[in-house]
This record gives sequence, structure tokens and C-alpha cells, in this order.
Amino acid sequence: MRLSWFNVTSLTLGFAFLYLPMVILVIYSFNESKLVTVWAGFSTRWYGELFSNEAFLDAAWVTLKVAVVSSSFATVLGTMAAYVLVRGGRFMGRTLFSGMIYAPLVMPEVITGLSLLLLFIGIGLDRGVLTVVLAHTTFSMCYVSVVVSSRLMTFDRSLEEAALDLGCSPWDAFRLVTLPIIAPAVISGWLLAFTLSLDDLVIASFTTGPSATTLPIKIFSAVRLGVSPEINALSTIMIGLVTIGVLTASLATKRNALRQKKDAQAAARAA
Amino acid sequence: MPQTKFAPWDDPNQKPLIRFENVTKRFGDFTAIEALTLDIYEREFFALLGPSGCGKTTMMRMLAGFEAPTSGRIELQGQDIASVPPNKRAVNMMFQSYALFPHLTIWDNIAFGLRRDRMPKHDLADRVEEMLKLVRLEQFARRKPHQISGGQRQRVALARSLAKAPKLLLLDEPLGALDKKLRQDTQFELMDIQEKTGTTFVIVTHDQEEAMTVASRVAVMDQGALMQVDTPEQIYEAPNSVYVADFIGDVNIIAGTAQPDADGVVMLNRAEGATPLRTRSEIAFAPGQPCHLAIRPEKIAISAERPEAADNMLQGKVMDIAYIGNLFTYHVELPDGSVIKAQTANTKRLASRSFTWEEPVWIAWTDSAGVLLDR
Ligand SMILES: Nc1ncnc2c1ncn2[C@@H]1O[C@H](COP(=O)(O)OP(=O)(O)OP(=O)(O)O)[C@@H](O)[C@H]1O
Ligand SMILES: [Mg+2]
Repeated sequence: MRLSWFNVTSLTLGFAFLYLPMVILVIYSFNESKLVTVWAGFSTRWYGELFSNEAFLDAAWVTLKVAVVSSSFATVLGTMAAYVLVRGGRFMGRTLFSGMIYAPLVMPEVITGLSLLLLFIGIGLDRGVLTVVLAHTTFSMCYVSVVVSSRLMTFDRSLEEAALDLGCSPWDAFRLVTLPIIAPAVISGWLLAFTLSLDDLVIASFTTGPSATTLPIKIFSAVRLGVSPEINALSTIMIGLVTIGVLTASLATKRNALRQKKDAQAAARAA
Repeated sequence: MPQTKFAPWDDPNQKPLIRFENVTKRFGDFTAIEALTLDIYEREFFALLGPSGCGKTTMMRMLAGFEAPTSGRIELQGQDIASVPPNKRAVNMMFQSYALFPHLTIWDNIAFGLRRDRMPKHDLADRVEEMLKLVRLEQFARRKPHQISGGQRQRVALARSLAKAPKLLLLDEPLGALDKKLRQDTQFELMDIQEKTGTTFVIVTHDQEEAMTVASRVAVMDQGALMQVDTPEQIYEAPNSVYVADFIGDVNIIAGTAQPDADGVVMLNRAEGATPLRTRSEIAFAPGQPCHLAIRPEKIAISAERPEAADNMLQGKVMDIAYIGNLFTYHVELPDGSVIKAQTANTKRLASRSFTWEEPVWIAWTDSAGVLLDR
């Protein structure tokens, strides 16, 4: 099918709008010149400088630690919350609770950050990696809970009943039946929480201390002193990682769907 | 040892295995089960029969522990089971929706319950193989549930619930998706298992023939209430209401008013001028009481000539003929426009002449062939 002139134009405009800034950034990360806006030939010099810059490497390491730990906590807590809200039956205030779990999704980050900051000061907790982890866990667990509870809502309840019927305790039924089946949703919840933590600037800057500078904070403060080509190199690496992640995830999903379809056909033939 | 008939329900000294005592179950303001009282005895093969939505699954779920009665008591071996969670009940259920674990293979699905009991590995493997063989799925053991057909899934669900050899087994339409041959084989397997293990079965079925074949007793339900609980023969031969008579098998229902005669004989008056019908009745009727005669088609003889002597005979003409297997069912239209079904076996095919459409015939039956019902 050939696209019409109009469709070609709108498609081009749309994609240009989305990707042009990133393309320019990637191109300039290979710029020889120190001046970000003047092209002086191809070079990988800034990548080399980036990897010898202790401050950036430290910040990257802190960010990774915070992201892994907070997304793991958020996944556990979010899954538990989702399970209780979907499966807990009707208990007092259930509607209120399910409303409240979604509130942080729509709350401005500044407010979340500020309230957490006040809390940490109030209880006298020194700001550092721990407080950032706590803050990230708090705001990303509701995303996990949304993802997991939408999966649980379509989960066939009788599977759990069958497990109980065959002698499982409720915990075993969850561990052996529910969890393996909803695992894809739990994993996407984790990935979501991980990326949220990875690129969060606002909440991290409210809740962090001098000992724990995350990469977004580092980039943001570096950019205020002028954009250095090193930042471009760093951003290019991040774009690359995200692209690989997204591609792998979607390829895996596609292959899975394809295999399921083939299996179903095989079953239909065998029957 | 004298061969005694298995009929614990007739023995006042027998303690029931399951007792429903005035059980009511409501979902919101909808009443699914209403004030139901029922005893089921050990080693019974108890069939629940009834139209869709009458509460069969709900009863099973209350026994398995997934629903609590709104009021009333359910006892298992004399103990109120209200506080016993499903995983602590010596009851296994086969779900109407099968509820197979999609992430496990057929083999692991069947082994699931045995693993929970920490059965030794070797015994476990033997037991699973035995179950696979029983439901003829040996070559599918390594497949996942979505890789097999609907009927095969049903058999896996059956095998999984049988594997633990529970005291009480609840089967919610266990054989619905199987073809006739496999269904009959499985029915006999079930009866065999029951014979060997002494398990008590409660089985839900839509197939009345199946209930008649396998059950020690049958309960006919309607809208959350029991209409009749009795042996298959009794349900068939002596239904207690038009509803039950109509639900089980083919039946002619003739409405009229009662006119009691001597010796337990009741005459049924139909329309003005029509011949009264003569029936022996166990229950007494008041003169003029509205009643229904329920009579099975196979109890009605059909002939071309007027029979010599019969308790009841009517003349009509053949309106329709259905031929199923070795049975002919004639639909005979009476002068008043009503239709009576009469059935004859096609045994002496050459000797007995069959009838054709529009042919005038006589139908006749004895006074003990049907039952007279007051509701
Ligand atoms: N959780 C529930 N909430 C509300 N109504 C319910 C619930 N479960 C069952 N019902 C209602 O109770 C009635 C009995 O349901 P049940 O599943 O016991 O029917 P059934 O006899 O098993 O029917 P079928 O032969 O179609 O399986 C139905 O009208 C059904 O809609
Ligand atoms: Mg049902």
C-alpha cells in the first residue's frame, strides 16, 4: 500500500518532532570541538573523557543502586497492595484505599518531594542514599500497583481456589500459582519503577543530601554551567541502553505471542 | 452374607457424611439456595440435576469451602465445617471451568495436590502415571494446558481431582465435553473407582442419562430448592411433581380433575365428554381436585385394532414418527387436539407392522402405568 502525500508529510513531521532533538544530540556527542554548537569533525574523545570523570561515574553508580533497590522494594510493596485491593474482598474503606493508592500518580512531583523532605527532616533522618531510596519506593510503588492490579483483575480466581482445594495454604497458592502467572506484569512493574527512579530529578533533588548525587541531578547541575559535550556522550549512552531495553522487551513479547499461537494451532490439530 | 441393597438413607441408624441443615445462600438480595436440607451418605454417588442457574455449583462451592452459607449449617461427619478453610477439608473439587494451572505441564498439574501432601517422589510418579493412564493422556504429559483440546483439558481436571483420593469428591460437570463413547467409559471408570476406594461422589450433571447410570441417588433442583431426592428408579417411575416428571426423560402430562373411586383408584376427568382415565394412586385426591397424569411414552401401547381389554384406551391418528436407534416414537393426535407420545421397541421388526402418518390408531395403558400428581 502506498501512503498518500498527506500521510507522508504528517508522519515525517511527527517523527521529526519526536526524534530530531535526540538525533542532533547523538551527532554532537561525536563532535571534536568543545563548542557544542560548532561541528569540527568526528571524534570519540568525549566518551573517553566521560569514563575518566570520577564525578559522573560516582553519580551513575549511585543512580543504579538507588534504582535497583527502590524498584525492588516498590515491586514487593506494590504487588502486595494490588493483591489486597483486588482480592481482599470487601473490607471497610476499600474504595478509599484504592483511590488513595492512585493519588501519587496525579500528585505534582514537587509536592511529593517536598512532603517527603519535611517528613525526613521531621524524623531526623540524614539525607543521602537511604532517603532517596525511600522516596523512590514511595512514588514508584503506586505505578507497580496499577500495573499488577490490572493484571490481577483479569486473573481467573478459580485457579487460586483450585490450589487451595488441592491443599495449598493461601501463601503457597500465591507463591506457586498466582505469582508465576502474573510474573510478566510484576516484571514490567519492576522495569517501570526502575526507569522512573533512573530519570527522576525533582523528587531526588528534594530528598538527597551531599553524599548521594544521582545522575539526573549531576547532569542538571552540570548543564547549568553550560552544556559540555561529555553530557551529550552520556545522554547518547543512555539513549542506546533504553533502545536496547525496549527492543528486547518487545521482541520477547512478540516471540512469546507467536509461540503461543503455534502451540494453540498444534493443539487444534492434535484434537 | 446376604446381599443387602445399598440404601443407607433408609436406615435411621446411619449417620450421614454430609448434612445440609436449612442452608440458605444469598448473593446480595438474590437467593441462590433457599432453606435446603439434605443428607448425603458415605460411599454414595450423589447426582445433582437441574436447569442452568439453579444453584448446583453454589452447593458444591459451599461444600468445598469457597462460599459460606448465609444461614444454616453444613456438617461433614457430624462436624460443622463453617470454620474449616478449603485447604483443610478432605474434599477435592473438579471445577466446571477446569481451572488448570496454565504455567504447569499436564504432569505437574496432576502432581500438584500430591506434592502438597509431601508424597515421596517415587509414589508420586507412580500415582501421576496411573491417573494419566486412567484418563488416557499418557502421551500428553509434557504439554501445557493450552496445548491440548477442550475434552483433554476436562480429563486433566478430572485426573487432578482424583489423584489425591479424597474422602469426598465434588465433580462439577465432569464429562460434559467428552464424546459419548469416552463419556460412557469414564462413567464406568468413576463407578469403578468409587467401588474400589469407597470415595463419596457428588456429581453435577446436565445429562440425565448420566445421572441415571451412575447415581445411587439423584436430587432434582429448581431455583435453589430440592424438588425430589430419590433413587434413579424412583425418580423415573414415581416422580413427585410434574416438574420432576418433565425434567427426567420423556413424559406425557395429561391435566384434569380427580374423581376418587374405590381401592385407591382415581379417575381423571378431562374435558366434557372425554373418556375419564383410570389410574391407581398412592396419594389420595379430593373430588374435583386439579391433578396431572404423568405417563412415560414406553408405557403406552399402540395398535391398529381396538385392544381387547385395557384400563385406558383412546383413539387418535398418527401425526409424527421419530425413529431413534431401535425405538419408534409415535406422536398420536387425539380428537381434542392434544398429542400423546407412544413408544415401541423395534424388536420384531417384521412381525409388528409399523404405522404411517395420518393412520388411525388406538393407544392403551394399564391403570398402574402412570402416576397421578397433585403439583
Ligand atoms: N458470586 C456470585 N454473585 C452473585 N450471584 C451468583 C454468584 N454465584 C452464583 N450466583 C448466582 O446464583 C445462581 C446459581 O448459580 P450456580 O453457579 O450455582 O448455578 P448452576 O446450577 O451451577 O448453573 P449451571 O448449570 O449453569 O452451571 C445463578 O443465578 C447465579 O447467577
Ligand atoms: Mg454450575
